Amino acid sequence: MSALRFDAVTIRLGGRDILSAASFVIEDGEFIGMLGANGAGKTTLMRAALGLTPVASGAIRVLDRPATRGNAAVGYMPQNRGRAQGQRLTGYDVVASAAIGARFGLVRLDKAMRREIDWALDHVDARALARRSIGELSGGERQRLLLSQALLGRPRLLLLDEPLISLDPAYQKGVVDIARRLRDELNIAILFSAHELNPLVNAIDRVLYLGGGAAVIGPVDEVVTGPVLSRLYGAEIEVVRVKERFFVMAGDVDVEREAHRHEHGHGHGHGHAQDG
Amino acid sequence: MFDYDFMRTAFAAAGVAAVLAGTVGFFLVLRGQTFAGHALSHVGFTGATGAVLFGLSPLAGLVGFTLVAGIAMGLFGEKLAERDVAIGMMLSLALGLGLLFLHFYTSAATQATALLFGNVLGVDSSALLTLLLMAAASLVALAFIGRPLVFASLQSELAEARGVPLRFVAAAFLAIVAVATAECAQIVGVLLVFTLMVGPAAAAQNFSRGLAGGVALSAGLALAEAWGGLTLAFYTDWPTSFWITALSGLVYFASLVARRLAS
Ligand SMILES: Nc1ncnc2c1ncn2[C@@H]1O[C@H](COP(=O)(O)OP(=O)(O)OP(=O)(O)O)[C@@H](O)[C@H]1O
Ligand SMILES: [Mg+2]
Repeated sequence: MSALRFDAVTIRLGGRDILSAASFVIEDGEFIGMLGANGAGKTTLMRAALGLTPVASGAIRVLDRPATRGNAAVGYMPQNRGRAQGQRLTGYDVVASAAIGARFGLVRLDKAMRREIDWALDHVDARALARRSIGELSGGERQRLLLSQALLGRPRLLLLDEPLISLDPAYQKGVVDIARRLRDELNIAILFSAHELNPLVNAIDRVLYLGGGAAVIGPVDEVVTGPVLSRLYGAEIEVVRVKERFFVMAGDVDVEREAHRHEHGHGHGHGHAQDG
Repeated sequence: MFDYDFMRTAFAAAGVAAVLAGTVGFFLVLRGQTFAGHALSHVGFTGATGAVLFGLSPLAGLVGFTLVAGIAMGLFGEKLAERDVAIGMMLSLALGLGLLFLHFYTSAATQATALLFGNVLGVDSSALLTLLLMAAASLVALAFIGRPLVFASLQSELAEARGVPLRFVAAAFLAIVAVATAECAQIVGVLLVFTLMVGPAAAAQNFSRGLAGGVALSAGLALAEAWGGLTLAFYTDWPTSFWITALSGLVYFASLVARRLAS
């Protein structure tokens, strides 16, 4: 069974093809790092897999079923984390609101649901954090807490959109380690988007690179090369490898670092609510 | 003071409106939509003056107009920046229309004052029954959408992915806010709806970290402020609305201090 399959998928937004006839397959239990410049379509790809963004042509299959909204087998951590982070509510209340938030009517937080929440919190070491006010947590702590929500409902596929944004290297490593542990312990397939390859390179099974509407998947050694990236970026790219670290250079500019620096300026990314 | 029939009715009416406003207001503050609440109350002014001009009851005009406006605002969607401009435009459009209605409706400035600043002592028992029924219906509706509402307020993109219909929830919620606004306007007037809808809710979120506890505290504070205001007005003969705003402001600023001290 494959966790996520794109068959010649074209996605058109605002009159532009964000993906054009992109195909790739993510197998069950695989940890995939998704890379690509700002605006390459990482978030759009995840939203399409969640059934939130329609495809112009082609087919998306999630766990051998068509992509539909509200699929409990898919866990998601959006890039835009919403209003939760400024609140004084406890982390537990925020996670609980996600656990029972999809149901209308008088829904009580029963024992089974509490156990489920504790299970999710334990998997990201956030049980103690959850007692604190979410607004008082550090960025890295908050990330872990919010990550627990993606585990609610025991998904088979996790879509994590930029979980490393604005984290220090030490915290980045912590989040990547958690993702790897989730893959190992729960055998969940993980699609993990990021701006930089280096924090991920030792943890991921394969890499999915987006650029110019195309998607290329494969082992890091085969994808992160001058010729492949030059094609995706549509510019002359050189990959410099120093031991375990990769530097993706266009001329004498480090492309990934540039992207990362810009992202800091943007704060928490753009909204994706489907208005007008 | 409970010897007087009108005082008993006023206490009941203020209590009903305050509990509704405190409860609904908590979610309004949680969503960061206090501006929408403020705008709705002013839209209500136009509805009320329009209704009087056409010989209908002001309360009917107030509720009808705010309801339509609330649902329309909810359908604008989640993007805050665009939404606030659209709400602002609706607000000025409605106030302009209200001005026109006032221009034709020259009969009594006192009626307008009652609309703007409230007249809780003028609530009669049939109006009280209407307030009670509307509040009950609103609270039932709020309980029904409560869980998705909190989820969508805190993490809209995640909620959308989990299958929460964001637009429906937003529109239904603002419809409830519209009713709460209309009720509050009966007590403190359209200009001062903020004092019962937002003041206690914002204070509750400063005092309490919990969700359920916060809602209860917000409703309790609103009730205490409304009844406190009525009591003080009875003994001083100053306007009720003044006392309610004074208490609301006092509690809110005290909550800011408490929050500072706690952290
Ligand atoms: N609703 C929309 N309507 C029109 N264009 C859109 C919409 N959503 C996204 N886009 C465009 O699609 C492109 C891909 O956006 P997306 O958010 O998927 O990029 P990304 O790879 O996640 O970027 P980042 O690294 O900045 O998060 C961008 O050019 C963006 O402007
Ligand atoms: Mg993105």
